[in-house]
Amino acid sequence: MSAQSYKSQKRASSFIVNLILIIICVIWTVPTLGVLITSFRQSEDIFRSGWWTVFPHKASVESGEYKLDDSVDVNGPITIEGVTATFEEWRQGITLDDGRTFQWYGNKRTRKLIISEQKWVGFPTNLTIKNYIDVIGGKTISFKDGAGNTITRQGNNLGDAFLNSMAVAIPGTIIPILIAAFAAFGFAWLNFPGRNILFTIIVALLVVPLQSALVPILQDYVRMGLNGTFLGIWLAHTGFGLPLATYLLFNYISSLSRELLEAAYIDGASNFTVFTKMILPLSVPSLASFAIFQFLWLWNDYLVALIFLGEKNRVVTFALASLVGEKGQDWHLMTAGAFVSMILPLAVFLLLQRYFVRGLMAGSVKG
Amino acid sequence: MLNSQNTEEKINGVLRWIKTIPGRIITSIVILAATFLILQQGYLFLSTSQTSKLVQILVAIVWGVGGVALLFWVANWIAEQLPKNWGRLLQPFIFVGPAVLIMGWFLAIPVVRTLVASFRSALGTDWVGLQNYVFAFTDARMLETFRNNLLWLIFGTFFSVGFGLLIAVLADRTRWEVVYKSIIFTPMAISFVGAGVIWKFIYTYKGEGVGIQEIGLLNAIVTALGGTPQPWLSLAPWNNLFLIVIMVWLQTGYCMVIISSAIKGVPAELLEAARIDGATEVQAFFNVTVPYIQGTLITVITTVVIFSLKTFDVVRVMTGGNNGTNVIANEFYLQSFTYSHAGRAAAIATILLLAVTPIIVNNLRQFNKGRKGF
Repeated sequence: MSAQSYKSQKRASSFIVNLILIIICVIWTVPTLGVLITSFRQSEDIFRSGWWTVFPHKASVESGEYKLDDSVDVNGPITIEGVTATFEEWRQGITLDDGRTFQWYGNKRTRKLIISEQKWVGFPTNLTIKNYIDVIGGKTISFKDGAGNTITRQGNNLGDAFLNSMAVAIPGTIIPILIAAFAAFGFAWLNFPGRNILFTIIVALLVVPLQSALVPILQDYVRMGLNGTFLGIWLAHTGFGLPLATYLLFNYISSLSRELLEAAYIDGASNFTVFTKMILPLSVPSLASFAIFQFLWLWNDYLVALIFLGEKNRVVTFALASLVGEKGQDWHLMTAGAFVSMILPLAVFLLLQRYFVRGLMAGSVKG
Repeated sequence: MLNSQNTEEKINGVLRWIKTIPGRIITSIVILAATFLILQQGYLFLSTSQTSKLVQILVAIVWGVGGVALLFWVANWIAEQLPKNWGRLLQPFIFVGPAVLIMGWFLAIPVVRTLVASFRSALGTDWVGLQNYVFAFTDARMLETFRNNLLWLIFGTFFSVGFGLLIAVLADRTRWEVVYKSIIFTPMAISFVGAGVIWKFIYTYKGEGVGIQEIGLLNAIVTALGGTPQPWLSLAPWNNLFLIVIMVWLQTGYCMVIISSAIKGVPAELLEAARIDGATEVQAFFNVTVPYIQGTLITVITTVVIFSLKTFDVVRVMTGGNNGTNVIANEFYLQSFTYSHAGRAAAIATILLLAVTPIIVNNLRQFNKGRKGF
């Protein structure tokens, strides 16, 4: 095959390739888009119509009523505007040639038909941020359901949960990194008995399922009064995150130049000085990768928070999950809540994607 | 100045005294006690304080992070006060000790404790032999979880890796690669709970009746195509697939990124040579690219397999494991916290551990191969 024809073939297939990718990307985006749009709609609108109706579309708009004369027998064929049909057919709705649709309202005794017409409906102007205010606040809230009834209930206090998540995720990210950096340096550059066997165990622990650790730790926590405390969950996340952190940082720190470290030791630096003055600053890219990884992991964690924090200090995933469980049809609250829970990890992720990918590459063995 | 000279002498005296052995011991104890006092005060403040949440959190962060740093510093300081030989022997353990102890407490020892508990009764009072395992492998509910996890494993892995591979390969040939990849990758930042809400909304069902407008996208599409709306999440056994879709949605980005970077490493000359030999693009892909990135593919598949074995959040949030969607991790949760049967829960956790054991063995083999000169 000549290079020329290869090129033209490539150009032709490029269109198909782009088309396939665009279709996949649309499929990937639409679910989130739907939730985003819904979170800004009025509660009663959400119950009445799909979120896609915010886009301009043709919809039937009620344009009047038709009152059937009392003399007409509703059990026989009924003639309206020159069209004859049975009651059942009218109840299904009949569209006339001029585009108007007649639909029987209620039972036979009402003798009423609703007239509607297909019209273009534009973007709605009644979008609102009330859903967000309601779901973030902890006070009593009220909203309207699909039938227009006002419903009052306790707010979900997602704002508080947001703060709790911060309190879990920030120390839960920094503490294991600090401990792991010390350990990685020890394993990489210091000699001590048991080094090999200890590190082999760490590699084995990388993919141990959390399930086989949860119950014994919970027993310890109950005994120690750590259950439901931040200290408890930091320790738990530290324990569960350490194997990966140590492994990743070990890979990085052990690859640092030997001459550089030896020069420092010759100058009389202690291990501690070498670690704080040289290893830590040199490891910043690796530390950052793991930090983002761990932060997203903690922020999005549900299982560990469910077991060790629970109702005492609700984190966002917990609050959102209980919102789904208790009020499974309150879409205006759930969608807004979902976005509140997503906003920070999305921001971190989009801003620092480069580091995150690096962490992923290095640590694609985590359990 | 006489006075300042005096003070200087006094300070020197104190320093000299500190350098003696009893002085070092006492100073060490004082510093250690002070450290613990600071940590304890922080703990008391955090557990009893009535101040605003924000203040508590700030204190928590400073206390947690600062406490760890302080402990390391103090431990190291004490080691440096010891006679040289002792210090040299002790110091590595100050560096690796905390990590090893915490991992021991939180992972290694619990694994053994869980194994022991799996041979004991509901409340952990008597030995019951293999009874919990007999339950795990014969109970109808458990068998259902195994079937479902197998579905997750097969379909979840196949579609995540398949889509990841497809998108990585296709995007590699376009000008908009970065845009496409970012869009597919972004769901990775979303929690399973958040994704649960997003997809629950897709699957939502209002019921049949005159004038009911479906607000769930899937039912709206089905209705528009002339079908009848369905309660997708209670439609066994298909509801499992609808849940697996969520995992595919979240995990494809991960597979794509890893595979994409491997594909970029395939030498262009190899592909060019295959094309010159008359291979079509598809043939070149399967005969050159796939063998070249085999190692990466295996890593990605392993990761997704582990993920699918441990799947919990999605099922918990979407169906609670009802309507035939139960999975191992959810049954573990139910046995632990709803039925309070510690023995059965431990047996289930151990089965999960056994399921990933081949992967652990493989990791160890890779690790040992990779570093002969450790």
